This record gives sequence, C-alpha cells and structure tokens, in this order.
Amino acid sequence: MMVSDKIKKIKVGTASCGIAAGADEVLELLRQYVGDITIEEVGCVGHCYAEPLVDVETVDGTVISFQHVPSTVAGVENVLGLGDRGRFTIPAGRRNKELHKVIGLAGKICPTSFEQYVENGGYDGLKKALSMIPQAVIDEVRKSGLRGRGGGGFPTGTKWGFMAAKQAEQKVLICNADEGDPGAFMDRSLMESVPHQLLEGMLIGAYATGATKLFIYCRAEYPLAIKHLSIAIDQIYEKRLNVIAGLELEIVIKEGAGAFVCGEETALIHSLEGKRGTPRFRPPFPTDSGWQDYPTMINNVETLANIPLIVREGGEMFASVGTEGSKGTKLFALAGDLRCPGLVEVPMGITLAEIVFDIGGANPAEVKAVQTGGPSGGCIPVDKFDTPVDYDSLKSLGAIMGSGGMIVIGKQRCMVETARYFLDFTHRESCGKCTFCRVGTKRMFETLERITAGEGVPEDLDFLEEMGNKVRSGSLCGLGQTAPNPVLVTLRYFRSEYESHVREKQCGALVCNALTDVLLDQEKCIKCKLCIKNCPVNAVSEDFVIDNTLCVRCDTCIEICPKKTIYRVKKGEGYYRGQN
Amino acid sequence: MEQTEYDYLKKIAPEPGNLIKGLQAIQAREGYVSDDDIRAAATYFSLAEVEVEGVLSFYAQFKRNPPGKYRICVCDGTACHIKGSALILDWVSTELGIKAGETDAKKLFSLETVACLGCCSLAPVMSINGKVFGNLDRKATVKILKEHRKK
Ligand SMILES: Cc1cc2nc3c(=O)[nH]c(=O)nc-3n(C[C@H](O)[C@H](O)[C@H](O)COP(=O)(O)O)c2cc1C
Ligand code: FES
Repeated sequence: MMVSDKIKKIKVGTASCGIAAGADEVLELLRQYVGDITIEEVGCVGHCYAEPLVDVETVDGTVISFQHVPSTVAGVENVLGLGDRGRFTIPAGRRNKELHKVIGLAGKICPTSFEQYVENGGYDGLKKALSMIPQAVIDEVRKSGLRGRGGGGFPTGTKWGFMAAKQAEQKVLICNADEGDPGAFMDRSLMESVPHQLLEGMLIGAYATGATKLFIYCRAEYPLAIKHLSIAIDQIYEKRLNVIAGLELEIVIKEGAGAFVCGEETALIHSLEGKRGTPRFRPPFPTDSGWQDYPTMINNVETLANIPLIVREGGEMFASVGTEGSKGTKLFALAGDLRCPGLVEVPMGITLAEIVFDIGGANPAEVKAVQTGGPSGGCIPVDKFDTPVDYDSLKSLGAIMGSGGMIVIGKQRCMVETARYFLDFTHRESCGKCTFCRVGTKRMFETLERITAGEGVPEDLDFLEEMGNKVRSGSLCGLGQTAPNPVLVTLRYFRSEYESHVREKQCGALVCNALTDVLLDQEKCIKCKLCIKNCPVNAVSEDFVIDNTLCVRCDTCIEICPKKTIYRVKKGEGYYRGQN
Repeated sequence: MEQTEYDYLKKIAPEPGNLIKGLQAIQAREGYVSDDDIRAAATYFSLAEVEVEGVLSFYAQFKRNPPGKYRICVCDGTACHIKGSALILDWVSTELGIKAGETDAKKLFSLETVACLGCCSLAPVMSINGKVFGNLDRKATVKILKEHRKK
C-alpha cells in the first residue's frame, strides 16, 4: 500500500461515538499498514456526525482530516495516500459560533496520557491553586460567576464557600457523573476525552474546601469513561498528586445502577451508601450532612472540568464570556433532527437559532421545536429560537437549561407523543416516596396514553394542567417538581396538536399508531411482493391492498418498499376489511 | 455460602456501603443475580435478605433472570425515541420472536430497552453485549441480527 511520506502522526477518535461508528476497525486496519508512523487514540472533538474521524499530521505541520472513514482497505488507503475522498473541514457555522474552552483539549490529546495533558498546561491550575490560600481559590471561582452545570445552576463559588466553612473530621467531595438525561452526553464525552481535567478540578476543589474523600458517581452505561478515569486515577496516585497539603486524598469511582433519580444529590448519597436511591428532604443540605453524615459537596462533571481553566486563567477571564447572569461557555449535546449532531461548546447568551441552525445545520423549514433539559425541561417552539441561551431566559419560556441535552424535533414528530414519552420515563423513574409524584405522574402518563391511542376527551387537557401543577408543588425533589414540565410546556405552545388528538382524533404528524392508517399506492407499485413477504402479520393481500384491520403499523413495508409506494396516511384514509 | 464460589467478592470490603458494588460484581460474572446470590450477598455484607432484595429491585441495571448469549439493548433515550426507536424495537422483536425483557428459548438473544447509551448523535442505536450500532434502519437492524445468529 502507498503510504505518503508526508505523514508524521495519525490520530483516530476512539470515544464511544467513534467506536460505534467503526473507529476500532479503522484503527486496526491503519495499524496493519502504517509501518512505524505513530498512531494515537484520541477522544471526541464533538463532530460525532462525521465519525469515524482520522486526523493526519504532516511533516510540514498541517493537519488533514478525514471523515466517515470506511473500515475497508480502500478506505484506509485513501487516508494513507492522502487521497481526496472524505476530506473533512469544520463547517463554517461551527467554526464561527463555537468557543472551545472546556473541550479545548478533547480529541487533541490521548485521554490516558498523563504526559500529554501536562504538556498542554494540565495540572498548572492545581499547581497555581496550591500556591494560593484555599480562600483565594474560592474567591477566584466566585469571581468567575460559574454556576453548576448539572441543571440546578447554583453558584459554584458559594457552594464551595459553604463547604470550606464546615468543621469536621472528614469532608467529602462527590463528582456527579450520573448524566441521567436520556439524550445527553456532555459528561460522557468529557470523562472519555479529558479525564485528567475532571480530576484536576476535583483536586482543586478538595484543596479549596478541605475534602479528603473523593467520589465519582458514574452511570454504568459509560464503561469507557470509567476505564479512562480509572487509568487517570492510577497515574495521579503514582505521581502522588493526590497528596494535598500533606494529606493523602482517596479517589473512588462508584458505578450507578440505572436509576434516573440517583442524579438528585440526596438520592445519589443514599446510593453511594449502598441503599435504595430515594431522595430526602433538604435541609439539611449535603454540605451540612451528607455521605455518612459528613459534610458533602456535590459538583457536576462539567462544573468541575471548568475549574482548572478558571484557576489557570483567572475568574475574570472566565467571566468575560457569557451574559450577566450566566458566565462562561456551556456544552450541549445536540441530537435529533439535524444534519450535524454532536457535542458543541458555545458562549452563554448565544441564541437557540444559532445553535440549532448555524452550528447544528438543521433546516429551518423542517424544525418544529427543540427540547432542552430532558425529562425536566420543555419543548421550545421554533418561533422562540431568537431566545438567548442562559439560565434565566430559558426559564422564562417554561423550559430549563438543564444539563445540556438538546434534542431538535422536526415537523414530522408528534408533540403529544413526545410528552407521553417523557411522562413514561418519569413515572417509571419516580422513586415512589411522594404520593403526587408516584400517582400523579402515573395518571398523567395514562391520560397521555389514552390521548395518543385516540381515546382522549377534551377534558383531559384541563386534567393534565391541573394534575401537572399539583405534582409540581407536591413533590419533595426535583424529579417530581419538574416532571410535568414537558406536558405543561407542550400544552402551552402546541395546544392545537393536543386538540386535534382529542377532538378530531387525528395526529397531524402521523406518528400515533392508533390515529394513522397505512396505504399502498397501487399506481406506482411494481408488484415486487417484498411487502407481502415481509409483513409480520400478513396484512398485505395478494392484490397489494393493506388491510388496516390487521396492520400493526410497524413500518416494515414502508422501509422495505424499493419504490416508496407505501406510506402513513390519516386515520380513515386507509383500507379496512369489508370496505370497498 | 460455598467458600470457593464467591471468593471474588473478597476483593470488595464487606461494608454495607459496598452492596451495590458487590451485586454488580455478581452480575458481571453471571449476567444476573440469582436467589443464591442474594443469600450470599446478604451474608457477606451482613444484611438481611430483604434489604438486598430491596436494593436489587430499585435499580434497573439488575437482572433476576439469566440473559442470552447476546444481550441486545435497544436505546429508548430521547434522541433515539424521536428517531423511531419504537420501530426498531418492533423489528428486533419480530425478528427474534421475543419481547423486551425476554430471552429466547435457545438462550441466544435477550432483549431489553435502555435509556440512552450516550451515542445520541448516531440515533437510533442499539447495543449488543456492549458494542453500539448506530444510524439504524430496518435493513441494518435485521442484518446485524442475522450476523449474530450465524456466529
Ligand atoms: C431528578 C434529578 C436528576 C438529576 N440528575 C443529575 C445528573 O444526572 N447529573 C448532575 O450533575 N446533576 C443532576 N441533578 C442535579 C443534582 O441534584 C445537583 O444539583 C448537581 O449535581 C450539583 O452539581 P452542580 O452544582 O455542579 O450542578 C439532578 C437533579 C434531579 C432533581
Ligand atoms: S438517546 Fe439513544 S443513545 Fe442517547
């Protein structure tokens, strides 16, 4: 194979998203052919839509990137011969609107190389912090205006101040890496790509507040993140960086076990203690009484990963980016109906339109809404996309910033079904302690089930609103307090969709199975019989008519038809047995 | 408790706080947690069996039945749901003849849904024994299943 002599070094992105797209196979093939050129595994730069991504550093110092590299000999040959196929350049929208600070090193360095992190300024922040008095470190964090990135938005410097003021024989710092929002992957990306940056933030936090026992509570669905963190922790122990002010700090990774509510801080502590993860009433706040009754401070992954930058560059520098009430940059996990899903880092105050259209490459004509804040958040309609993204503006729309999950919802999706989805999630994840949360979310879910099944009545909408408000005020923890949001917000902005479900018994988006039929267009049909052969319930007759009495709306025929002659239509427009 | 069978638990300190970790270790070896395992864990961590069961039933991760050789997790996180994960589940279910939560008679496949595998940018996705497959449509889904059946 022709290997260009211009190649100095090759980097392959092998974070989870890369691996899922086939990066491991590409890596293996590259290794077979490169000879003695160095190949490095790096984390995720955020361009998940272009994975597998390969960066080639040339002898003259330029970097040539390749996207969607196929795991074939020809694919690898194209890269090694520096062919023209699949060249990748960062789209202009992203280049102009993004600001990479927290993920500045992600995808550039090998996640498990201590040396590479240090060469790029890693642990300088810790060094600087150790040369200051703890209170000065806290002041710097306070000056930065950093607010918790886990969803609550509580000022981090203030929390650190509370913790530092506590006198106790032992204090505990927990990194919340539970990332429970199903549709978010900021924290995963950080842990996989720059584990040392998180650990540096934790060590600085421990020094500033006097914590000596450090936990990382990571969801079990993130094996690669856990692996990289474990390696990084071993390296820290080896370099004795965990000895701070003469005290030896212990850093322990604990895996979650699949419960959304365990992201809530008091539930998380119970889970860390080996118990059922039920939240408890606050106060006392964890900083007063947390893990085994010791003062305990909980910070999110992204919050902590910002700390080394704040200490290194100063709080004012950090605060120079963003808006009045929301400083710095924020990571968002962009997914859903858009061209360029992936991880993005933007200055606070940028508009939703800039994120969704300019950066995400979504087509404005095809977008209906964006969901922020996951199951606790809300769907913001496209006509509000000029809203700046900061804690307060999003709240005023009834949505929340949340931890950074951002799902773009296209016009072909049904908002009622989406609300049903979220309530299905929250009612199952409710720990059951508060009656309103346990029973109320279940009733709301059942009502939405009926509506999407075509059995709703107009009074259901009032019931949803009423019950939503009760669940909101009658629940102990954030799960119940926010669980009704997806319903209340969609009722506010997309009421007409609910109305057509309950009044006309129609789903305009043709998503709700009970409100749609499937039709085969006889005129375009080429009689290939693929639909007949593959229908699991034999709903397609020998003369190519789909019987909607039998059809289970599994879309198999729609996907399989080579001429796209089968599609969903409104209820009543399809054929039913006994009908002519 | 047979001494030998649960020797691997000894790496974990027998404090009640480590119960979840212990159960994870058990499940990592056997793929599920059996009644015997519950008894063993209760003894090892000095807890009542009902306490162990209480913790076990709280967390979605723990399985009480042996899984198949290939553990299929269809993601039903928000991004995947929006992109049609319900259909993916349907197709897998039809192809394998089992519903979510079940294992087939030959113990080859088991099927479950999970909330987000963190690969939302490739939605819809599913994982088989931890390996993630993204950008699924019906054709890709069926092909992946057929390949695993042949293996
Ligand atoms: C139901 C529920 C789930 C939560 N899930 C998470 C989570 O997955 N990750 C997280 O960092 N914070 C989560 N939080 C917020 C935490 O309770 C806590 O506020 C946060 O970890 C504090 O860190 P921060 O100040 O750095 O944001 C959740 C809160 C609630 C009520
Ligand atoms: S929603 Fe399926 S991977 Fe995140």
